[in-house]
Amino acid sequence: MKALVYVGLKPGVLDPQGRTIARSLNDLGFDEVENALQGKVIELTLKDTDAEAAEARVKSMCEKLLANTVIENYRIEIVTAD
Amino acid sequence: MQTAVIRFPASNCDRDAAVALEKLTGRKPLMVWHRETELPAGVGFVVMPGGFSYGDYLRCGAIASRSPIVQDIKAKSERGMAVAGFCNGFQILTEAGMLPGALMRNKNLKFVCRPQKLKVETTDSRFTSKYEKNAEVIFPIAHHDGNFFAEKDVLNRIEKDGRVLFRYDDNPNGSLNDIAGIVNEGGNVFGMMPHPERAIDPLHGGTDGIDLFKSILETL
Repeated sequence: MKALVYVGLKPGVLDPQGRTIARSLNDLGFDEVENALQGKVIELTLKDTDAEAAEARVKSMCEKLLANTVIENYRIEIVTAD
Repeated sequence: MQTAVIRFPASNCDRDAAVALEKLTGRKPLMVWHRETELPAGVGFVVMPGGFSYGDYLRCGAIASRSPIVQDIKAKSERGMAVAGFCNGFQILTEAGMLPGALMRNKNLKFVCRPQKLKVETTDSRFTSKYEKNAEVIFPIAHHDGNFFAEKDVLNRIEKDGRVLFRYDDNPNGSLNDIAGIVNEGGNVFGMMPHPERAIDPLHGGTDGIDLFKSILETL
């Protein structure tokens, strides 16, 4: 099974990279872009187990390493094979 | 006094830190590899050096902060051992939860590398007691992720407790309140983005960093 971990800056934390991306898209004529937030996706391949237990483990991984909760939020998606 | 410098993969100011400590203590510091689980006995002051530990993968300092030796340093710092982190060392200390806040990408997204003027905010600390009141100093800076951030209540507490030791003149990275260096509540763990260890030799452009080392070494 796989777990997708989305890590991004918390609302209210200035994201200069996102802002630069939005501005660059505006420059290319995509005037509808009002804002961009840049984050990262970490795809974990896990030994098969039940989804709920996996999610609890991945949450612990986020708290311990994958996200810096001073500035970042995270969201977990468990993807099972079937 | 026995001092130590921690070496992580891709530390690159470990030698600068060692030269500074040897110059000011008359004794070579112990160079401790990050896989060690315990500091050698008798170490009174630890420097976390600058560099790009683990290639800045995931977040600057994140992976280094989870290494075995940092857990021992953290435990000993809670019992009063003195620790200083410069540049990547500061990032490691915040990632380890030994100092509040976080260092984010520079506001202008540029790597900044230049001599940087700083204001010594207080001389009432173990790391700045040797400076003149309101002194201005120049330390080199060289970083891409030095933009200090803390949530409002945390920032207010740091300010109220007088734990900002250095502020930038002409803020190079967007740090809140121009913060360049802070100490923990106990006053024994210090972190800053600029490099005092690179300002100890007149041939390298200045010696303003010497008093920082003298200040902390005198308290040991």
